[in-house]
Amino acid sequence: MEQMLSFIAAKANYWTYVILLMVGLYAMIVKNNLVKKIVGMVIFQTAIILFYVSMGYKQGGTIPIVMHDEAHHGATSAAIKAIDYINPLPHVLMLTAIVVGVATLGVALSLAMKIYQEYGSLEEDEINEKLRNI
Amino acid sequence: MIFFDRASNLLSDLPAIVVTVPLLAALIASGAGWINRKAPFIIAIASLFVSFISSILLLLQVTSTGVVIEYRMAGWAAPIGIVYIIDHLTALVLVLISSVSLINLIASKRRIDDQFRNKEGAFYSLYVLFTAGLIGMTTTGDAFNLYVLLEIASLSGYALIGLGSNRAPLATLNYLFLGTIGATFYLLGVGYLYIATGSLNMADIASIIPKMMNSSMILFAFIICLTGLLVKLAIFPVHGWLPGAYSESATVAASLVAPLTTKVTIYIMIRLCLSVFTPQYTFQHLETTDVMVWLSVITIVFGAISALSQKDYKKMLSYIIIAEVGYMVGGFFLGNKMGISGAILHIVNDAAMTLALFMVAGIFLWKTGEDSRESLKGMFGKMPFTMAGFTLAGLSVVGVPPTCGFFSKWYLILGGISAGQYGFVAALIFSSLVNAVLFFRIFEIAHFEPFKEQHPHNDHCDEQHQAKSHNEIIKEAPLDMLIPFIAVSLLLVLLGLYSGAIVNNIIHFVIPKGII
Repeated sequence: MEQMLSFIAAKANYWTYVILLMVGLYAMIVKNNLVKKIVGMVIFQTAIILFYVSMGYKQGGTIPIVMHDEAHHGATSAAIKAIDYINPLPHVLMLTAIVVGVATLGVALSLAMKIYQEYGSLEEDEINEKLRNI
Repeated sequence: MIFFDRASNLLSDLPAIVVTVPLLAALIASGAGWINRKAPFIIAIASLFVSFISSILLLLQVTSTGVVIEYRMAGWAAPIGIVYIIDHLTALVLVLISSVSLINLIASKRRIDDQFRNKEGAFYSLYVLFTAGLIGMTTTGDAFNLYVLLEIASLSGYALIGLGSNRAPLATLNYLFLGTIGATFYLLGVGYLYIATGSLNMADIASIIPKMMNSSMILFAFIICLTGLLVKLAIFPVHGWLPGAYSESATVAASLVAPLTTKVTIYIMIRLCLSVFTPQYTFQHLETTDVMVWLSVITIVFGAISALSQKDYKKMLSYIIIAEVGYMVGGFFLGNKMGISGAILHIVNDAAMTLALFMVAGIFLWKTGEDSRESLKGMFGKMPFTMAGFTLAGLSVVGVPPTCGFFSKWYLILGGISAGQYGFVAALIFSSLVNAVLFFRIFEIAHFEPFKEQHPHNDHCDEQHQAKSHNEIIKEAPLDMLIPFIAVSLLLVLLGLYSGAIVNNIIHFVIPKGII
């Protein structure tokens, strides 16, 4: 039991992202309300963002900014080591992914608005019933 | 001298020009719509023309020198910076994308202005942005950059498709959900590739992967990336979004999105399997052939049977597209020279055929106001040129020589036989027979059924009605729709006649060395 707990704790970030991913996917597939589906989609995308952000993190690492005084005075004695800094690349990538996520959310919500204007409902079964009657 | 220097500079910047010109034009077009209503069209067509010319130049450059062009964005070298790679396959797909987009824009200008009055700026902007996204996806040599451009193309595609009939928003939202799942899976796969290799550059990843063939992380990345792309390709279990999205959308948007989206996604799949995961990993180490070929066999058979049961012309085309996706995925995963050549040749041919078939839908919609099969009654007498082009396109989908559809199918069938995948061969033949039934049914309606009168029961105002129908008698389509359409249908024959040249001069160089 203890072994299993430590196994889970060691990879806590990955477990979290997998759980969030599944929550989002579940909502997108199973939920009846279109806005709930959209919320599921956002959770799904956020899970990936968390995955990337946690992948760049290092225990004991610091922000990847080289201080000026260090570079000028200290750098000659103590060289700058990449291992001391967290990896900024996945974080920068996720700035782009967040923008993509916001754009997707915008398009999805505007489509949902059009659907509501058309059918007067956002529940999928009610919309399908109306479609069948037309 | 200075002029020549500048010209040669411009030539070396072509890989950037081909993407950035439409990207910037999309931004300008949306604003210019507020100032002048004609401006967006001019900007759109000029930018697409520039990228068409540059992609032709790139293709000539690559085929004449045989050297892969590597363009460094902002001058940063490969593993750190983003590079754009133009090889034979890229150049071919670039010419395809820019020409389809340009021809369709010319042919549908009249209908766009009619249908999207006062929204021209937005529509043309989305149209060009979609093309820019696809061109970027094709050229980029960076796995994450590919994700961003994939989302640019997808998001503008959702918006274009959403502008259709009353049911379009609902169909588009379904498409958006599945499209997002697909793209996000791809992103997840890229994340695992980055953890495993520490690189996002495709060539760099490909040089690292042979050292870690047995890594489970690479396997997971491969499966997740491929799953994401297969969702976007509408392969059998996840095809649900495609027919709704393509048939409910406005025909002008569908005739851009339908020929290009799935074809470019197949190109991405080929690129990923050959240039990122390396052919040794994809075909020899994982032995993907059996699973993927059977998956595509199911897709082909399902697409063909569903197409038979459709009354709506555009819905029938959508199911044919699903079957054709099966051809290409199956052909590629046969993993031999014939199969891969056939799949790549079919990317070009199928895009041209789909474009022609959707252009026909557009012309009929413009002329008759409806696009069911019944409305085609007696059309051959009324619109001989359009119907002749339609006949060519139909024969090409069926696969009758000398149209292009025959040659790619021939390669696929030969590939299937030499790989011993007889199920795939049978599915191809079955689907061709079904296509023959589908199209000859339409030909029969169009040739032999008498022309349908609009209101045959109206006896009272017979005279008035006759006069009216005499005025509105259906003639040939206007020239600006007809000429691009005839050009595309003649192209179907030319592509067929020159398919040997395409295979020998372009596709031959794409096939990696280890593959027989």
